[in-house]
Amino acid sequence: MTILETSIDIAFVLVMLGVVFAFVRLVKGPSLPDRIVALDMMTVLIVSFCGLFALQSGDVAFIDVAIVLALIGFLATVALARFVERRQARIEDGDGDDTLGDEQ
Amino acid sequence: MILELILSFLVILGGFFCLVAGLGILRLPDVLIRMHASTKAGTLGSGLILIAVAVFFADIATTSRALMTIVFLLVTAPVAAHMIGRAAFRSRVPLWNTKIEDGAEEKLKR
Repeated sequence: MTILETSIDIAFVLVMLGVVFAFVRLVKGPSLPDRIVALDMMTVLIVSFCGLFALQSGDVAFIDVAIVLALIGFLATVALARFVERRQARIEDGDGDDTLGDEQ
Repeated sequence: MILELILSFLVILGGFFCLVAGLGILRLPDVLIRMHASTKAGTLGSGLILIAVAVFFADIATTSRALMTIVFLLVTAPVAAHMIGRAAFRSRVPLWNTKIEDGAEEKLKR
């Protein structure tokens, strides 16, 4: 077992611990923006997980997976942030009436 | 041998920064401060690991793809953080020891 293989294994453990911590925040998170931040960071950590797996297996295809995952994660974050803003605007327009989905 | 040592160093440093980002997102007190941990430390960790990938494979197709991923992460992380931060501020998430300036809410309204 070479030094590189050992350090890749150690880095796998560290990255997965980061994902687990982010998942705890995703479950606990008191507000919706907390959960969006945790989800965004989980995507970034899984991108680095794909990089590590490409290093371990020597398979180049996982780099493509990393690119696509980064793209999808960005789109999901932007969409969720827009959703939070629009929900807030709707709540304020309805003067504190926070029932969802009863308009239009 | 030297190359292998450098790659191991990059990979472990990247993993360490990913762990720090996870710890920060778990332990820090409010949304904006957590975003500081996740955006900066997470991007740095992923970037270091992807640099290790780019050096390890060392052919032009793979290296350019890994570098493109890094550039993409560096471009999108501030945009996403800005959007979440603005959404969190507008939805009045409780903040920790932060004094909001007079008139900031009106300026950020629309």
